[in-house]
Amino acid sequence: MTTDTDVARSGGRLWQGLSLQQKQVVWAWAFLAVPILFYGLIRFYPTVEAFVISTTKWNLMTPPSFVGLANFERLLADPVFWKVFGNTFLYLVIGTPVSLILAFVIAYHLDRVRFMHGFIRALYFLPFLTTAAAMAWVWRWFYQPVPIGLFNNLLAGLGIAQQPFLRSTTQALPAVLAPAIWAGLGFQVVIFLAGLRAIPTTYYEAARIDGLPDLAILRKITLPLLKPTIIFLVVFSSIGFLRIFDQVYNMTSQTSSDPGGPLNATKPLVLMIYQTAFSSFDMGYAAAQTVVLFLVLLCISLLQLRLLRDR
Amino acid sequence: MRGFRGFLLGLAISVGAIAGARAQAVEIEYWQYVFDARIKAMNELIKRFEAANPTIKVKHTTFPYADYQTKIVAAAPAGQGPDVVQLFYGWVDNFIAGKVIRPLPRDAFPPEMIEKEFYPIVSAMKREGEYYALPTAVRSLALFYNKKIFQEAGLDPAKPPKTLDEFLDAAKKTTKRDGAGNMLQAGVTLDMPGQDYHWWREVLLRQMGGKPYSDDNKTVAYDSEAGAKSLAWYADLQRVHKVGLAGFMDEGQAAFRAGRAAMTIDGSFRLGAFGGIKNFEWGVAELPAGPDGTKSNFASYWVNAITTKPTGEKLEAAKKFMAFVTSPEAMQLWLETVGELPARKAAAETEKNLAHPVYSPFLKALNYSQATVFVDELPQRQVILDMANRVLLQNQEPKAALAEAAKAEQAILDRFYKK
Repeated sequence: MTTDTDVARSGGRLWQGLSLQQKQVVWAWAFLAVPILFYGLIRFYPTVEAFVISTTKWNLMTPPSFVGLANFERLLADPVFWKVFGNTFLYLVIGTPVSLILAFVIAYHLDRVRFMHGFIRALYFLPFLTTAAAMAWVWRWFYQPVPIGLFNNLLAGLGIAQQPFLRSTTQALPAVLAPAIWAGLGFQVVIFLAGLRAIPTTYYEAARIDGLPDLAILRKITLPLLKPTIIFLVVFSSIGFLRIFDQVYNMTSQTSSDPGGPLNATKPLVLMIYQTAFSSFDMGYAAAQTVVLFLVLLCISLLQLRLLRDR
Repeated sequence: MRGFRGFLLGLAISVGAIAGARAQAVEIEYWQYVFDARIKAMNELIKRFEAANPTIKVKHTTFPYADYQTKIVAAAPAGQGPDVVQLFYGWVDNFIAGKVIRPLPRDAFPPEMIEKEFYPIVSAMKREGEYYALPTAVRSLALFYNKKIFQEAGLDPAKPPKTLDEFLDAAKKTTKRDGAGNMLQAGVTLDMPGQDYHWWREVLLRQMGGKPYSDDNKTVAYDSEAGAKSLAWYADLQRVHKVGLAGFMDEGQAAFRAGRAAMTIDGSFRLGAFGGIKNFEWGVAELPAGPDGTKSNFASYWVNAITTKPTGEKLEAAKKFMAFVTSPEAMQLWLETVGELPARKAAAETEKNLAHPVYSPFLKALNYSQATVFVDELPQRQVILDMANRVLLQNQEPKAALAEAAKAEQAILDRFYKK
């Protein structure tokens, strides 16, 4: 292997002396350098910067002062942080399985439907195209008490007591999660459909000739062969639920209200970071929260990849 | 081709003319947040100012409220921000500490003049003898009531409630529920995230004999007998009397506007929005007096300040513009366009304004108003919201809720004053 310094020193003569394969390697690195530099600058540099800021006290207006790990100590002692941390996990552990199972069931049956297949698929995909903010506001109004809330009007019409939904510390989180799951469903259904279509039909034909029941086909053929698709969706949607923001912000706040409320019942970590950084201008503390979120995302993604990878 | 060349020539000349005119003018930039009536008023003020000062151009930039503070804070260190800026009065300490705004030059804004002509609540803008900002307008709270609902309930629409007892009585008479007990029409809106949060802290609490903070504003003082009494009184509107429901129609002002609430407590800045109501007539009254007749109110304001950015002739232009937007003329225009009250006593308490059925309750309130000194408004608001939610949603005892809130807010105050 020729190193870069060699190339620089002897210039053209050295280039002549390279074999075709070596030249290809040099060219490949030359081209790769551009995206690596770009990526390093817009991705890794800010990430490293966040780590640095997390050890300072900084309100944007006066220069940051180094405080060591004080922000992390404050974080561990902050009850709101633990509440928010718990919420973030609730979004993950409810959101990911529910949305994946729903999406799989829909995709599995949709795969067998020939009548208006494209149209139905488009209907499922439609919410994914909608702006999260607009959708969140529509759902927010669905959840209102009578006389204007759709759900409560239905309940009242059936003679059932109306529910507080967003105004309850226990119902608010699932109420916020529902539209998030609904909105992501279309995307997951489409990916599952693609995965299902990619399974060679010969396997199914062979299984049928052997007389396997549908359930066994699902268990022995469909699910194992869908594994790459499932891994992708689990990782992808987990990250999505861990970073949930738009729905929560729009469904629980208004011009002058209580984002992530009531009583922090719906507040995810990302919203807490946002408020710490851009309402209180406590950048160091916000960066510390960001570092924690980053580490959590990293751990969960690595764990999932490990658990789900081929044995 | 000739036509085209002539066109080009004309274009070149007019561009040159514009550039020439521009070169002579000093351009300064003014920032405020997006609120239709405020933008309209400011555009009109700029038009008048530029007509009177042809050598100065004012660029008017606005941002959505949610991003507004962030934009200023982010732009200032980069030397990009405005020359004259509108701020919420509660932000001023942070902006002084961050060297975003400068003291008002004494030649154009002598402190003696300010103290003589402006309402005393403006003194919250004074730090070590220097004024840092001045409001065009101030806001206070009042009771808005739906005259149609009052009439239907057999109440006299010309006689809005004057005391808390009358207020509760009117609320009881105007509440409507369906067979299952679901609220169809609220007697009063309960909207802690709206203005109720100020109503409780500066009005109800004081009327029951308490006060929110120590005199130096460094210690929370509402964890008291009066605090518990006032919080219980507020919560009982929903818990016991069931004349209101937090979250009914999403927001208090939405419920009132839709004609589904008989009364709401809101600020003078809501006048513009309520002005569009076509379905019913509404009235405004002073906030109900307390059990011993105590009146109180909450006043707040947005101020204009000169930033540390302009120097030389730009600074002179900024001073002129700042003086204009805090002049009596600007204040009257602001009152008529936005509905906010003039910050100069003489401009506010004109005979015409005092006789005005809508403005006068707000103006009268200015003489007994309190302006809360905030160190970090949003978290401090959150503490009070959470306190009310614990009482309303989780049935916590008001006393325990207050103690928890006082502890949380004291921590915020301590963190600010220690630095």
